[in-house]
Amino acid sequence: MKLFSESIEVENAAERPKDDALEKLHCGGCGKDMIADIAHANDSTCPYCGALFRQPAYKRIEMIVDSGSFIEIEREAESKDPLSFPGYKTKIASEKTKSNMQEGVIIGKATIKGQRTAIAVMDSYFMMGSMGTVVGEKIVIIAGFATMNRLPLIIFCASGGARMQEGIHSLLQMSRTTIALARHSEQKLLHVNVLTHPTTGGVTASFAMQGDIIIAEPKSLIGFAGPRVIEQTVKDKLPEGFQTSEYLLGKGLIDRIVDRKDLRDTLAEILGLHCKR
Amino acid sequence: MTNATNNTGVGAFTANKEKPWERVKNARKENRPQARDYIGKLFHGVFEVKGDRCFGDDPAIITAVAWFENWPVTVIGQQKGHTLEERMACNFGMPHPEGYRKSIRALKQAEKFSRPVICLVDTPGAFCGIEAEERGQGLIIAEHLRAMATLKTSIISIIIGEGGSGGALALSLSDRLIMLENSYFSVISPEGCASILFKDSSLAQEAAENLKLTASDLKTFNIVDSVIKEPEGFDRFNMDKIVMDLGRDIKRTLRRLTRIKPDRLVEKRHEKFLGMRGL
Repeated sequence: MKLFSESIEVENAAERPKDDALEKLHCGGCGKDMIADIAHANDSTCPYCGALFRQPAYKRIEMIVDSGSFIEIEREAESKDPLSFPGYKTKIASEKTKSNMQEGVIIGKATIKGQRTAIAVMDSYFMMGSMGTVVGEKIVIIAGFATMNRLPLIIFCASGGARMQEGIHSLLQMSRTTIALARHSEQKLLHVNVLTHPTTGGVTASFAMQGDIIIAEPKSLIGFAGPRVIEQTVKDKLPEGFQTSEYLLGKGLIDRIVDRKDLRDTLAEILGLHCKR
Repeated sequence: MTNATNNTGVGAFTANKEKPWERVKNARKENRPQARDYIGKLFHGVFEVKGDRCFGDDPAIITAVAWFENWPVTVIGQQKGHTLEERMACNFGMPHPEGYRKSIRALKQAEKFSRPVICLVDTPGAFCGIEAEERGQGLIIAEHLRAMATLKTSIISIIIGEGGSGGALALSLSDRLIMLENSYFSVISPEGCASILFKDSSLAQEAAENLKLTASDLKTFNIVDSVIKEPEGFDRFNMDKIVMDLGRDIKRTLRRLTRIKPDRLVEKRHEKFLGMRGL
């Protein structure tokens, strides 16, 4: 099947645009405001109280992979408007400017402490990391790329769920990514997920929960339904700490919680444990 | 009920404009036939299998082994219930994780005994509650999708009413997807979409139009393989015509699919979905 071999363009990560559109950040932990660049330079962590901010995808790449090893593929893919949904084109344009991303995920290959891997990083600054056709297609492409090249695949998940403006086409990405990852798995290749704040909806109900190993950043919101929807359904307050990484670990739904600064080491260890001798 | 199909003559323009919302309302009608009604008419010798062997039995998903003509098949159907008592027992058709886990069990058995699977999809969505999250609603839907993606036996899915979001999608990853004329299949309910995007849930009608969620929309997108027309006065007491049409479609499809080697069948399923780029 030739589905993945076509139109993969290779570009250098060094040419990527800067993340300078994000100017200020407000820390929910200590209530302080700060310049986004300063927080992001500090692993997107609050310099005052250590709370984690959502991390832009390219910063994440910088922090995780060996310096200069990331080669991005399919960078230019951008969303069409398959339903001619009111306001969607304008929304996409403004999200692009705001986040300096083409879409909600970047994909490519890299090395982590010398070990080769395929990697996908979702970016919640682009339309809350929602999954439309392009996000789905890029996950399909990177899974196919990893399968063809016999590489492990690491996916950093961050998503508000399926993107409403692309309707059924967004929903179908759950099936499509599932299939692409099943094909990867059938070749006995490793798939590691790192769940970050927030991972919800259609992404949780598909590839985010299909990894051989699932780790999460501390205090991230991870769930199928969003807390507000659940509150409306059960007409009651939700228990303290509900749907956090810590809660999921307690329920046996994920393997480990890893601090942001330890993620690179942990991923390298996991890759090492799965390399063939 | 069939106003929705009447798009000629005076008032055609307004009728047309109201169509998607009318269809959503039709899909939700109390007397619309549900999974159990179809199971009673389409199959015989029905042996219901219950429970996920882990937590409990979810009445919102019925799983059974049955005869379809001379084929033993596995049936998986989402059930909403007609009366208030039934509806409450079935949680209004919103399955919990144990329902999907039971369904995975049924899928695996179908594969073991080389039985085709027939899924009847009808849910407003997977349940959004504390216990559902606690028991891994997202995880189990992901596993259900994985099970259907790799299942080495043929799968036919029929959307008979509501195709609500991930909870419906979980049962739709199939070799053939059939929709009834007044069913819908959507990423989110029109009400949910209206309240999130338009900040007003009373704009559900507008949302329904924008979401392109009707069977004919999905046929245009090549996502659904066939659409079964609903006759005048179609309800659970008057469903013979639909049962006949559905039966014919299932029979034709099974004849075709059961001739394909299991590995090739899975490969074709993958090609079908990976080819749906929607771009």
